[in-house]
Amino acid sequence: MSNVALEIRALRKSYSNGFEALKGIDLTVAEGSFFALLGPNGAGKSTIIGIVTSLVSKTSGTVRVFGHDLGREVQEVKRNIGLVPQEFNFNNFEPVAEVVVNQAGYYGIPRPEAWKRARRYLGELGLWDKRKDMARTLSGGMKRRLMIARALVHEPRLLILDEPTAGVDIELRRSMWEFLQDINCDGRSIILTTHYLEEAERLCRNIAIIDHGRIVENTTMRSLLAKLDTETVVLELRAGAQQLPAHDSIRLRHIDELTLEADINRGEDLNNLFQLLDGAGIRVQSMRNKTNRLEELFIRMTQAAESGGLSARGAS
Amino acid sequence: MNPLHLQENWTALRTIVTKEVLRFARIWVQTLLPPMVTMALYFIIFGGLIGSRIGEMDGIRYMDFIVPGLIMLAVITNSYSNVVSSFFSSKFQRHIEELLVSPVPNSLIILGFVGGGVARGLAVGVGVTLVSLFFSPFSLHSLPVTLSVVVMTSVVFALAGLINGVFARTFDDISIVPTFVLTPLTYLGGVFYSVSLLPDFWQGVSQLNPILYMVNAFRYGLLGTTDLPLGLSYAIIIAFIVGLYLVALILLNRGVGVRS
Repeated sequence: MSNVALEIRALRKSYSNGFEALKGIDLTVAEGSFFALLGPNGAGKSTIIGIVTSLVSKTSGTVRVFGHDLGREVQEVKRNIGLVPQEFNFNNFEPVAEVVVNQAGYYGIPRPEAWKRARRYLGELGLWDKRKDMARTLSGGMKRRLMIARALVHEPRLLILDEPTAGVDIELRRSMWEFLQDINCDGRSIILTTHYLEEAERLCRNIAIIDHGRIVENTTMRSLLAKLDTETVVLELRAGAQQLPAHDSIRLRHIDELTLEADINRGEDLNNLFQLLDGAGIRVQSMRNKTNRLEELFIRMTQAAESGGLSARGAS
Repeated sequence: MNPLHLQENWTALRTIVTKEVLRFARIWVQTLLPPMVTMALYFIIFGGLIGSRIGEMDGIRYMDFIVPGLIMLAVITNSYSNVVSSFFSSKFQRHIEELLVSPVPNSLIILGFVGGGVARGLAVGVGVTLVSLFFSPFSLHSLPVTLSVVVMTSVVFALAGLINGVFARTFDDISIVPTFVLTPLTYLGGVFYSVSLLPDFWQGVSQLNPILYMVNAFRYGLLGTTDLPLGLSYAIIIAFIVGLYLVALILLNRGVGVRS
């Protein structure tokens, strides 16, 4: 199946202390997709990534990367994957360029070609000027970018990023998003785990949510968001409103004296909202969408899984 | 190892060895200089001050007798400590993961780290040999024996250091073996005396010490004298290389100490 980047079947992982981190995971990531793997802390995201990248041994199940079986063709699997781990894991006492060039060497890339690629990726990520600096002297954001350059130097077909923007300021985060979108547009498949749900919503076309070692949702971002039966908007008022009008398909609530939130049922016209507010004498100064739609779904799904009500997923 | 990837594997091996050599070369004040200073003190105190009262050992001037043993002592400890500290720090800082996620076979990871250990062992060995020239005239009985024994011995202890590094979980774990096993075995391995001086019982006990064979074979290479058969020394060194390599390979294949 050449159009599948990653195929995981019945993947289980139990540790020697009896803890079952993965309880039979099935997951398919199409080639070229930008895939979000979300879940609360300890859900099993990093364990899946660890197994796929050979850092963690699986207990049972199969993993295939571009058709290569992890158990029988591990070298081929490794050639096709680039990993940006959650924690900094380069030698702090090596110059920046050496971190990248050495990684290329491990993939059998001759030194002159390795330097060309290091120049390209460090340049694109704004680190070429720092190439002679010791890695330990870089800022947190630079260290994250160094790990991305290192993961790309052997030009893998599948890039796995485990919380790549953790602790990165918003400006740098947005530039990293653009960079990742560019390399995804070039045809590289990307799997991303993140705690910034806005990041997943903005970047990823496909999504899987994992909780307590089980996949609780695996679909496209569009169809997942479509499961939301309401849209929430935030309204800034010109003057405080004492009484809020009632409506069957629009629910209003105070956030503070001059701010309201309105839950509007899917299919309801926004005009009706303004008619309702106008009728109550409430003057609106500005309006914006509440951006944490995915967050809302995420919380509903993981709470449903926790209470054993997996059938309640989808929030519809 | 897939023969189709020979060129790639060769590049990977060269990368690991180069990285290891650069690692100890960058901190030469900590890695290369101290053994030369220590050995110079040994030559002055044991060879010069005390040795002049001892006279000869096995018909050789005492200063000349201890030179091969002290070179070997430096080679053994540095080969071992280079690999154990490098491998453990790569686990500690987690950059061993750079290798584990790459297609480098475990056999090459072992060879790469051992290559670094041997490079440091030999660099220190050459340095100590140069220091020894201030105290003893250079003597070479057999170049092939000298070179083969020193390189193979260095391989043995680099492998042992790697295995220690695999199991080590704390910095204490990487100093226990050198302090409580390696140093006593080396001191009792005929560096400072000929085992023929010992009573029969202790001669027998000494012959259980593999370092004795290595020191004696090296001394034969330089001075042409040994307490033990050369063939037996080679057999023991080769057996250790094969045994330790297999142990290291099995440990890495099972992911002991590096994969959860």
